[in-house]
Amino acid sequence: MSLEAALEQAAVTGDARALLEAIPYLQFLGVESAGDGAYRLRFGEHLIGNPTIPALHGGTLGALLESVALLTSLTSARAAALPKTITLTVEYLRSAKAQDVWARAHVVKAGRRVTTLRVTAWQDDEATPVATATVHLRVFPAQVST
Amino acid sequence: MDETPHLTLLQEAIAHFVPHNRALGIVLHAADDATVTLRLPYSEKLVGNPLTAVLHGGAVTTLLDGACGAAVYLKLRAPLPIATLDLRVDFLGKPPARQDVLARAECYRLTRSVAFVRAEARVEGGEPFAAATATFALDTRGRVPAPEAP
Repeated sequence: MSLEAALEQAAVTGDARALLEAIPYLQFLGVESAGDGAYRLRFGEHLIGNPTIPALHGGTLGALLESVALLTSLTSARAAALPKTITLTVEYLRSAKAQDVWARAHVVKAGRRVTTLRVTAWQDDEATPVATATVHLRVFPAQVST
Repeated sequence: MDETPHLTLLQEAIAHFVPHNRALGIVLHAADDATVTLRLPYSEKLVGNPLTAVLHGGAVTTLLDGACGAAVYLKLRAPLPIATLDLRVDFLGKPPARQDVLARAECYRLTRSVAFVRAEARVEGGEPFAAATATFALDTRGRVPAPEAP
């Protein structure tokens, strides 16, 4: 499937699986759709940042949070192109264990040029996140046909 | 004072101790008294947009986070455990395609419990395309940096 077709499918059906498969870095990390707007980062040894604890690399959590913001933007509105991240601000709240991580974003404001999202990542319980983020995306909405 | 053993340790820690750095091929590129520079070699697996082959922002974030952590260790000169408290990345311009990325970081303030760091990412000879500011909690001894919920 082309990237354009994957973007269309994500916007129309809310299913980001084709989009996930089209982005090499998300395949490398191991990000998959978990349904209901949530995404899962499958644990792998290659994600470890601190082997003593062991804990996931903070960068992988940042990457997950940014990616889930982007995917959530693309599944909530039609886009002519992939959004560009303007800023990503991550709060690291707990050490992320050597396990799967889930993440979910919600759109705080969808603008014509900029969309703002809050993202939460958790392991055991969504109510005790390991990290949260605010993401500003430069978005490129598709022309709405009537 | 001889800097070599300290930098050799830092190089070892960056390239070999951290599995995620190994997976990305991140190595120590340069270091001086105040700053440390890490290199992320370009790889197809790190592409974020298959149409342009541009690097995914997440790989840049990981490199910047790693450079910030290394800058703290450069200044600490001790292997105390540290934990990132927060990290902000500003994507200033077009990320590169098919080029290595360098991230230079400086720990500009160290208190007893917190380190303040800034960093920039660029291709060799280029202008910064991403900038980061980060804070780290020091001497966490493997514990979580934030208080547990009751």
